[in-house]
Amino acid sequence: MFRSFRFRPRQLILAAILMLVGLAGLFYFSGTDVRLGTTDLTSLGLLAGGLIFYSGMLVIVAMFESETVLSIALLLPSIVAVAIFVYGFIGWSIRVSLSQWQGLLPDYTWAGLKQYYNLFNNDPRFLIDVRNTAVFTVGFILGCLIIGLGLAILLDQKLKGEALFRGIFLFPMSISFIASGVVWAWLMNPATGDRLTGINMIFHLLHLDFLISLWYTNPQPWGMAFTVIPAVWQLSGFTMALYLGGIRSISDDLREAARVDGATEFEIYRYIILPMLQPVTLSAVIILGHMSLKIFDLIVALGKQDIRLDVPGIYMWDTTFKADNYAQGAAIGVLMLVSVAILVVPYLVQNMRTETEI
Amino acid sequence: MSKKIYGLFAVIIAVATVLSACGPAATPTPAASAGGQVEVFSWWVGPGEADGLAAMVKIFQAQYPSEKFVNAAVAGGAGTNAQAVLATRLAAGDPPDSWQAHAGMATFAYANAKQIQPLDDFYAKNNLNSVFPKSLLGLISINGHPYSVPVNIHRSNVMWYNPKVLQAAGVTIPSGGFASWSDFFAACDKIKAAGKTCLSLGPEGFTAMHLWENVMIGTLGADKWSGLWTTPATTDWNGADVKQGLANYATALSYTNSDASTLSDWQPASKMVADGDAAFNIMGDWAYGYFANPAPNGLALKPHTDFDWTPTPGTQNIFVFLSDSFVLPVGNKNPQGTLDWLTVAASKAGQEAFNPLKGSICARTDCNQSLFSEYSQNAAKDWASNAIVGSLTHEVVSNPAWKTQIDTDLKLFLASAHDAAAQATFQSALAADCKSKGAGACP
Repeated sequence: MFRSFRFRPRQLILAAILMLVGLAGLFYFSGTDVRLGTTDLTSLGLLAGGLIFYSGMLVIVAMFESETVLSIALLLPSIVAVAIFVYGFIGWSIRVSLSQWQGLLPDYTWAGLKQYYNLFNNDPRFLIDVRNTAVFTVGFILGCLIIGLGLAILLDQKLKGEALFRGIFLFPMSISFIASGVVWAWLMNPATGDRLTGINMIFHLLHLDFLISLWYTNPQPWGMAFTVIPAVWQLSGFTMALYLGGIRSISDDLREAARVDGATEFEIYRYIILPMLQPVTLSAVIILGHMSLKIFDLIVALGKQDIRLDVPGIYMWDTTFKADNYAQGAAIGVLMLVSVAILVVPYLVQNMRTETEI
Repeated sequence: MSKKIYGLFAVIIAVATVLSACGPAATPTPAASAGGQVEVFSWWVGPGEADGLAAMVKIFQAQYPSEKFVNAAVAGGAGTNAQAVLATRLAAGDPPDSWQAHAGMATFAYANAKQIQPLDDFYAKNNLNSVFPKSLLGLISINGHPYSVPVNIHRSNVMWYNPKVLQAAGVTIPSGGFASWSDFFAACDKIKAAGKTCLSLGPEGFTAMHLWENVMIGTLGADKWSGLWTTPATTDWNGADVKQGLANYATALSYTNSDASTLSDWQPASKMVADGDAAFNIMGDWAYGYFANPAPNGLALKPHTDFDWTPTPGTQNIFVFLSDSFVLPVGNKNPQGTLDWLTVAASKAGQEAFNPLKGSICARTDCNQSLFSEYSQNAAKDWASNAIVGSLTHEVVSNPAWKTQIDTDLKLFLASAHDAAAQATFQSALAADCKSKGAGACP
């Protein structure tokens, strides 16, 4: 590994200068408070110092003239950062969730699974959260898949202005969940009588009063099901794009062959296209599912923290930052992580297996 | 390969140099002189309150030109969002130079976590012990050590109404206000018959709890309400009084607007009264500024003709108070700047500049009353003569953990059918909260 080491004095000097400059930068920025207006730039300065120091190290590593050593050196910062900021903090959250930390000061006294036990056994709010997440996830995924597939099949009919329609269907995705939550809260305003407004007002003006709905203030679980509407509106275009990509990648030869064999257009979709889209469906379910299990912003903006529309993310925020109940907040966070992991990890494992086989 | 690597170095170095260049170039000379930045954290961003803060900052900048005031305000009614942001900053060891906290139990949480310092010397130096009312000093001190500087006093138990709507429905308010909630419900029936909402209500953020505390105080009376929060509790959470209070709350909810949970904050609910859609709205006296101030920050309505006020039912001669105060943190960047800010916040000039705009009354007893609105002058008289009790919604009587738990149970009740079974569930949950989150024994 070190056989090919070549000592180059000029590069050593360069490395030394870079590392010294980087260290000096680190010391300077850790000692002073750098501000531009009210924006704190200290962290940027530290980052710059660290990068200069690191580039000096890379110069030395390069002397080994070994691809292995160099690739390790290049990957090391990301590995360290991911280890600390992702896995380290996951571990810390799990530790906090097993503690009694309640209040502004940390308290790591071991409490075992007490937080988890309490959440499932004597916490009506958390049970509402679980039910709401289930309703939202099922409605959201089914809605996106059905509408997304429908739009993709329609767009696949080689119609004029396809690009325009594709754009229109995709646009809602560029809006943040907070913004669409606020707007949909106006549209789906459940007020009745003379405070009628939003879509209900349109129904009333069209003399379609029987359509006037209480929207998300309906009795549960139907109320929660209405929160799916803005989410599906926003992401069915994305699902459409996934499906359209999948349909276009299916060779025309297959369709031609089926037509020669006397298959109708419906049979082509039913027996050829749809089965071949299965991997796309799986990817879509994974992507949409992990979004809906963690949903927070849309529901906060839509439901104004109405507990009937509570989800684990909102409860976690409430209990952690308003009630200073850090242990319970961490437990909810860990449960959310586990629910997403159940969905994503098998998919990743299978992906890795197929890749190694290839 | 080596060419590629050198290219990579070049990119890294270029990026690093650009980043480091923009750092030092922007470096001001930090805290070299006596002055510096004073970052003050509050939730005063709405109409009236933001104006009051600006007026106080103006005095601060005039008195301490070497200090630079940095406004770190976070929006959200009753500070619900701001407190979450503050909690993360405190946990990260990055406290602002001072922050707004509701006087009472809310500040004690910081004191117990050793995040703020006692202000005995500051009180002595500024002679504050003689200008703040004794009842207030007791509520902001632990073992006789004051932990915050109250800037204002607000009243929670005010019921705003639209005289024109009452007149059209043939409702008159007895002088001094409704004696009980059942009297109020009788009036509500008339207003309902006239086709108007009787009581406008905002979203669950804090307005539902604000209504709850006023129904409870109006049902229980001052002493029994305070007894819920003492250590040990002298009022039984499982008792008949609390039960009656919850029944009244359920009835009160039946007279509210159907879209309460969809309103954005308390202002739209108050506006329903201004617009003549609703007869009554129960909201703290910060609503006065919203009703009376000129546009765009207020509705520019005339007191007594366009809107009027009365104590909430059953709370004549009770003053439900809350107070905003500022604290002296441990380990902030500019301790002298904090003391300078607190000096202005505690001063007569500072409070006289702030409170008329905020619509509150002075925490000090020596303010010039002619600066204040008619409403505030009345409130100041009541503050001096009424029975004083603390607000729950605004964290005078309970710690944040207890309040949040009550809030969750309240929201579960709001999501229920409000019937007798739901009231019983609510009551036993409240009794359990007292045991698990309250400070001491509960009967």
